[in-house]
Amino acid sequence: MARLSGLQREVLSLYRKCLRETRKKPIETRENFRGYARAEFRKHASVGKKDFSAVEYLLRKGQRQLEMYSSPGIRNIR
Amino acid sequence: MSALRTTSRLIASSKPLFRPAAFARSYATVDALSQDPTPSEQPRTKTFHVYRWNPDQPTEKPKMQSYSLDLNKTGPMMLDALIRIKNEMDPTLTFRRSCREGICGSCAMNIDGVNTLACLCRIPTDTAKESRIYPLPHTYVVKDLVPDLTYFYKQYKSIKPYLQRETKTEDGLEYRQSPEERKKLDGLYECILCACCSTSCPSYWWNSEEYLGPAILLQSYRWLADSRDEKTAERKAALDNSMSVYRCHTILNCSRTCPKGLNPARAIAEIKKMLATH
Repeated sequence: MARLSGLQREVLSLYRKCLRETRKKPIETRENFRGYARAEFRKHASVGKKDFSAVEYLLRKGQRQLEMYSSPGIRNIR
Repeated sequence: MSALRTTSRLIASSKPLFRPAAFARSYATVDALSQDPTPSEQPRTKTFHVYRWNPDQPTEKPKMQSYSLDLNKTGPMMLDALIRIKNEMDPTLTFRRSCREGICGSCAMNIDGVNTLACLCRIPTDTAKESRIYPLPHTYVVKDLVPDLTYFYKQYKSIKPYLQRETKTEDGLEYRQSPEERKKLDGLYECILCACCSTSCPSYWWNSEEYLGPAILLQSYRWLADSRDEKTAERKAALDNSMSVYRCHTILNCSRTCPKGLNPARAIAEIKKMLATH
């Protein structure tokens, strides 16, 4: 695998954090959270890797969403 | 508000009301009938360049969009112009606004190179010059003119902006202050946290993670100076490090830009004085 840029590694680490966070959710809705996280990343898969401002914006947005959805009060997602 | 004003005028004078339907006009657009007769009926067209960026298309670059308005039909303030653009020309233009009288701090933005509240900024009458409107500098943009102030509010929360007290008063009633003690809070309590000063500070641009910035330090001093607060020592200890306060290099952009005419730089200097002489 090619060496990844810092930005690419940041994206991957956010993705891993999202998947890890799903494991803290109740077992019956875990698949919904996983599906949501995957779909959110998939939605922007076409963003070019040189499009730094867009990737950085999406990273910030993702981090904000992760922070919000990881609160224990949120038990399900559609 | 305008309805209130009309009634008070009715009580004050028995003259009939000549201005028709003063209560019915919206504040962004001046009704041609209700306006004072202008000497020349020529349209005074002014161009506004507004920063646009849509988060739904993150791959598109931010751009400036131009709008031309006739100033004869627009209210006097920048916010009136923005509201008129949004109402009549481009409903997709996004900005925060609420009170339209400089008390909520929502409409803080960078107008012609100066951070200010759009509702307190008069439209320059020189129609030859074009106005440029940007969001607050060095902030992440949520959309168009809306800055992301999450971290700013987090910093505000970190200074514990509330009265901290262990002891009760002898009679169990409210905590009282002498007029002199109350006077110390003048010029501090008026701050509306619009973030104009913090985002104009170069020191805050480069160190916004750790440096608190003028707005938050003004609030810090507001609680340090409060005679009723009993945690002054703790508050001072929390500020006593190289980053929180001492990144202020008295650039004084904060005092120059404050739309409320406050002086955050003085408050920071007072904090430094308190820290140096405890």
